[in-house]
Amino acid sequence: MAMSRHVVGWMQAAPLALVLAGFLVLPVILIVVVSFWGATEWSIYPAFLWDNYEFLFSSPVTYRVFFNTFKYALITWALTLGIGFTVAYFLAFHVRGQTTQIALFLLCTIPFWTSNIIRMISWIPFLGRNGIANQTLLDWGLINQPLEWLLYSDFSVILAFVHLYTLFMVVPIFNTMMRIDRSLLEAAYDNGASGFQTLWHVIVPLTKPGIMIGTIFVVTLVMGDFITVRFMSGSQSANVGRLISNDIALLQYPSAAATAVVLLCTVLLVIAILLRFVNIRKEL
Amino acid sequence: MSKMRYSRRAVLKGGAAAVAASTLPAPMVWAQEIKDITLRQFGTGVSNLNEVGQKVKEDLGFTLEMTALDSDSVTQRAATQPDSFDIADIEYWICKKVWPTGNLQAMDTSKIKNYDKIVGIFRSGKLTPESVIAQGTAPHSVGFVEGPDATSFAAEETGWMTLIPTIYNADTLGIRPDLIGRPIESWAELLNPEFKGKASILDISSIGIMDMAMVCEAMGEIQYADKGNMTKEEIDKTIAIFTEAKQNGQFRAFWKTFDESVNLMASGEVVIQSMWSPAITAVKSRGIPCVYQPLKEGYRSWGGGIGLSKSLSGMELDAAYEYINWYLDGWVGGFLMRQGYYSAVPETSKNYMSENEWGYWFEGKPATGDITSPFGDVLAKAGDVRDGGSFEERMGRVACWNAVMDENQYMVRKWNEFISS
Repeated sequence: MAMSRHVVGWMQAAPLALVLAGFLVLPVILIVVVSFWGATEWSIYPAFLWDNYEFLFSSPVTYRVFFNTFKYALITWALTLGIGFTVAYFLAFHVRGQTTQIALFLLCTIPFWTSNIIRMISWIPFLGRNGIANQTLLDWGLINQPLEWLLYSDFSVILAFVHLYTLFMVVPIFNTMMRIDRSLLEAAYDNGASGFQTLWHVIVPLTKPGIMIGTIFVVTLVMGDFITVRFMSGSQSANVGRLISNDIALLQYPSAAATAVVLLCTVLLVIAILLRFVNIRKEL
Repeated sequence: MSKMRYSRRAVLKGGAAAVAASTLPAPMVWAQEIKDITLRQFGTGVSNLNEVGQKVKEDLGFTLEMTALDSDSVTQRAATQPDSFDIADIEYWICKKVWPTGNLQAMDTSKIKNYDKIVGIFRSGKLTPESVIAQGTAPHSVGFVEGPDATSFAAEETGWMTLIPTIYNADTLGIRPDLIGRPIESWAELLNPEFKGKASILDISSIGIMDMAMVCEAMGEIQYADKGNMTKEEIDKTIAIFTEAKQNGQFRAFWKTFDESVNLMASGEVVIQSMWSPAITAVKSRGIPCVYQPLKEGYRSWGGGIGLSKSLSGMELDAAYEYINWYLDGWVGGFLMRQGYYSAVPETSKNYMSENEWGYWFEGKPATGDITSPFGDVLAKAGDVRDGGSFEERMGRVACWNAVMDENQYMVRKWNEFISS
């Protein structure tokens, strides 16, 4: 006796649905619930209070920190996009031969063989006051004083972000570029388009889904990060992630949950706006 | 895992039954089953050392599992997960926060062999009869409760102790004398514009605020009634002074972990900062000059102790008492004192230290030969004197103890603002 197609469909979707329900939906619901709870110094108690949100929205710190988070996300996005697009373009259109292409692509992933934290922390001795960068610049006579802003500044935070996340831009863009039909480029050339016109009117529009996927990766990673900001700014700047981690460290779970909910909504909103521009489903 | 092995709970039950069966607890049963006991201890990195665990196995026979966490996580765990530990190695100010949750049980001092030899700071609050008790959460003020089940603290010695003191020290600012090149005498120097971009403070609110208070008071900006329990206005003013300094670029970075403080100092990113004693030792052992500078306003002090989980009972509880008695017996004390901490019962530690070590670390005498850490690094050479001098000179000049304030939540919010400003 054959099961109806309907039932089979449900059963096929069930494992993933269950996993997502148990490990994604349920925890998110819990976070939302806890965000309304109250807290004393050492315990949390169930309640339905708006206190956590009230404090969050009435504190100037919140706005400053959210602004900071957006600033990091925006600058990192622009830089990773610029670098990522260039690298992907080079790999996809300039490198001849699939073997070289794959070899060079693997080369890009080598830094990912070590952990995130190690890649980030290795910048610290490099950028420090007596670090390699400053020593070299001093030796070359380009500067007389060590540059202070190289480390423990917004510069170092963004540098680390770009270093950590550019590959997330390269991969999806490279992927979509490889699917572009080469005859389209030849057609553009035959019709007298310049190199730039081909890039702008043919390649960029066709690469949009890849750009969008990369953008979502980078923006969500940067907005949710706290450890990079903490280490690279020497704890001197804050983003939303750090606000949450500070609250958790001080046992203020409900307040941390409320901040997390606001952050989650913000990120979802950003993604919703991004998806208005491009239909990525078309490409998947 | 072998099927023949008893589960810990089964052993516990068996042990309890054996104890119940005879009015005299049979030493034979003890000897056999103690090997199967595992006590889970967690605490801050300072005293959670593998060497201690190994020595416990050698001397007492049972297993001590240790987990090292930062002070915030320690508080969190002690307050929220009472079943995840048997022994909590926490600081006294954490005790003030955690005790009301009822997750710890008071200890009967009559079972503590060396109780009478514990330093006065932890009993009457006074190092010597003339001492003035410092501000903040002084250990004796949260060291006793009225009875085994009491949740509030007693004013004086009662025979029921909350924590058995294990380790303590007097903290001050660490400096790089080679990069500063002049004497430093006051906490106020931390905000001296001379060190712009080269100062640091620790990003642990409850301790950082105290260092801030020491600085503001030394600058003559604020007079505190009790630095360990500030009013909202005092907190506002203190944070305002530091926020201004931060915006003027006074600080290079803030640190949260021990290693960060060592790296900041050793790399020369920072020349003056709040620091912990073993961090100074770590910088020095790299051959970089670093001084734990005694300051005229006095020290900010802290103390830690071990507390027992509420759920400990029967043989495991006996093992825990055994462990506490062993802890105060001197070996650990000597081990810790050779790193620059103090032991709660210094006189027993003396048996485990050479005369040179005792003279250097405790009495403030010039070293007569190389002073090495328990890990073999040379920390001082013949003729060197410990920064700050003898035990009495250092612990006698404590200005305040690490504390948790009544306005703690407010302070924490203000601290968050400071960090993100």
